[in-house]
Amino acid sequence: MTGPGAHPYNAPDSIASIGAPLSTFALDRITAQFPEAVAERYLDRTGGAWAVIHAEHLPKVAAFLKNDLDFKLFTSIDAVDRLHLAESDPRFEIVYFIYSLSRHEHVRLKVRVSEARPEVPSITPLFKGADWWERFVWDFYGIRFSGHPDLRRVLLYEEFQGHPLRKDYALRDRQPLVPERPIKDIFRGPGTSGVS
Amino acid sequence: MADPHKPASPPAPEAPNPDTDAYAHEAELEAHLQTKRMYINMGPSHPATHGTVRLKVELEGENIASMDCEIGFLHRGFQKSCENVTWTQCLPYTDRLNYVSAMMNNFGFLNAVEKLIGLEIPERAQYIRVIGSELHRIHDHLTCVGATGMELGGFAPFLFAVEARELIMDRVAELTGARLTTNFGRIGGMNRDLPEGWSEKVIKTLDKVMEHVTEIDGLLTRNRIFVDRTKDTGVISAEDAIDWGWTGPCLRACGINYDIRKTKPYWVYDRLDFDVPVGEHGDNYDRYLMRIEEMKQSNRIIRQALRQIPSGPIILDDWRIALPPKPEVYGTIEGVISHFKLVMEGIQVPAGEVYDCTEAANGELGWYMVSDGGGRPYKVHVRAPGYPILSAVPSIIKGKMLADLIPTFDTINMIGGEVEQ
Repeated sequence: MTGPGAHPYNAPDSIASIGAPLSTFALDRITAQFPEAVAERYLDRTGGAWAVIHAEHLPKVAAFLKNDLDFKLFTSIDAVDRLHLAESDPRFEIVYFIYSLSRHEHVRLKVRVSEARPEVPSITPLFKGADWWERFVWDFYGIRFSGHPDLRRVLLYEEFQGHPLRKDYALRDRQPLVPERPIKDIFRGPGTSGVS
Repeated sequence: MADPHKPASPPAPEAPNPDTDAYAHEAELEAHLQTKRMYINMGPSHPATHGTVRLKVELEGENIASMDCEIGFLHRGFQKSCENVTWTQCLPYTDRLNYVSAMMNNFGFLNAVEKLIGLEIPERAQYIRVIGSELHRIHDHLTCVGATGMELGGFAPFLFAVEARELIMDRVAELTGARLTTNFGRIGGMNRDLPEGWSEKVIKTLDKVMEHVTEIDGLLTRNRIFVDRTKDTGVISAEDAIDWGWTGPCLRACGINYDIRKTKPYWVYDRLDFDVPVGEHGDNYDRYLMRIEEMKQSNRIIRQALRQIPSGPIILDDWRIALPPKPEVYGTIEGVISHFKLVMEGIQVPAGEVYDCTEAANGELGWYMVSDGGGRPYKVHVRAPGYPILSAVPSIIKGKMLADLIPTFDTINMIGGEVEQ
């Protein structure tokens, strides 16, 4: 059972990219294909290449990444509330990481949304793995993902007020007591179940 | 969901096929009862949902018509807490993400912070990190395999696993001072060196642990009941696993050779000789086999690392990063000031952002961090490997038997601490 298998996803040169600087391959291709989608590109201090994508172009960029560039392994989504940073307009930044198993690199994308209209098109129809991460960002930052099939809170409860990872949610903020939910979705069988 | 108070229409009796059904001639004696869907709750405190997960299962007979997974009972506000303490003070929180392999979380976090600052840690510290990580990888896999065996009715493998775990925990306690939540390692290196005579004890411990692993292997791998329960259950295709974002042993069980220790070696993994087991079927049995094999590989890694480990410093000699040695703190004004500033203000991480990942026991442990240049993180995102894996379970279990849910939930090895942050 050991050693690399012959699966089509297993790249033959799996060790070739070791030590190479983080590549800008995917971002170069995106910029060439959809110049109108890319708002900004930069390298962070550790050499990671980033592209800021306009929200409305995100689905087609993601589809291009998945179908044409073989970035298929969905890694994660999260957001940053830039309220206290030097550059804080627009307020929220949503970060996307997608990995390519054939190129052995992550692509790093950002989408910026304002506080007034915190909404991004969902990429859950494209990547199943985005489902819970988008729910996470909705849960903790209050950013809506339009087109998400089931945008509920994921870790907190539905009655929770506010979005706790926003910087204006105080660390020791308290939540009101929540009345017990009526249990109407449970069928207890015939009889009164001890309730008269 | 359909109204549970109203019975569903009775299923149309299928015409029995004598070629496939040995009891076809008795079909006329079967009573076709009118059934309706039943909703049951598994968890949050069900023995098979280790961690606290509520599985809302809709049953059609014994088959799962649909399942909803409710998580968050163990949410502790990991990210919010990290944003309000110094970088070093985040370390105890990272322990509590995956409490079965705390050191791997510690070191993964440290690796990302060091990358953000741009530090290269001393070689000896890198070796200690590899040794600690692999010890905890064995620990994590033992827990998974033992619990799987137990929940499928074999109590002996669990006892062997716990016995082996206990041995590892003793070594970890000698190394770090704690059994579970180690808080070991500091930015720029480690907080203490290997104890006297520890390496020899680890070799002896590994002998013993591998004996237990062989025992578990012998009890489960060819056990008829175990194989029947795990083979071809909880199957996921490679394409789906990638799409859901699976990593680690669960992805490799589908035949995808992706291990960050090989594709992007960190610390000294490129100097160590080990294989990455790759499965084929993506079922529970393969996921179990991956873990057995990975324990054997980790055993190889630790032995090599203990042979190769060089002497030297274990932490950087830079008082902006690491605490000064105690004689300097008590004897010199520079030492006192550095100590004070590090403790009170924290390490000044230059402004910037980084995404970095390491291979934890269950897969890719990713960190996205933003620093605003102060002593505290501005944002710490953790990509826990169990989160995407758990999110796929409702889809892979749909239409399968309720009994298949137990081994599936076991072999994905969902850890509440990291999934629910």
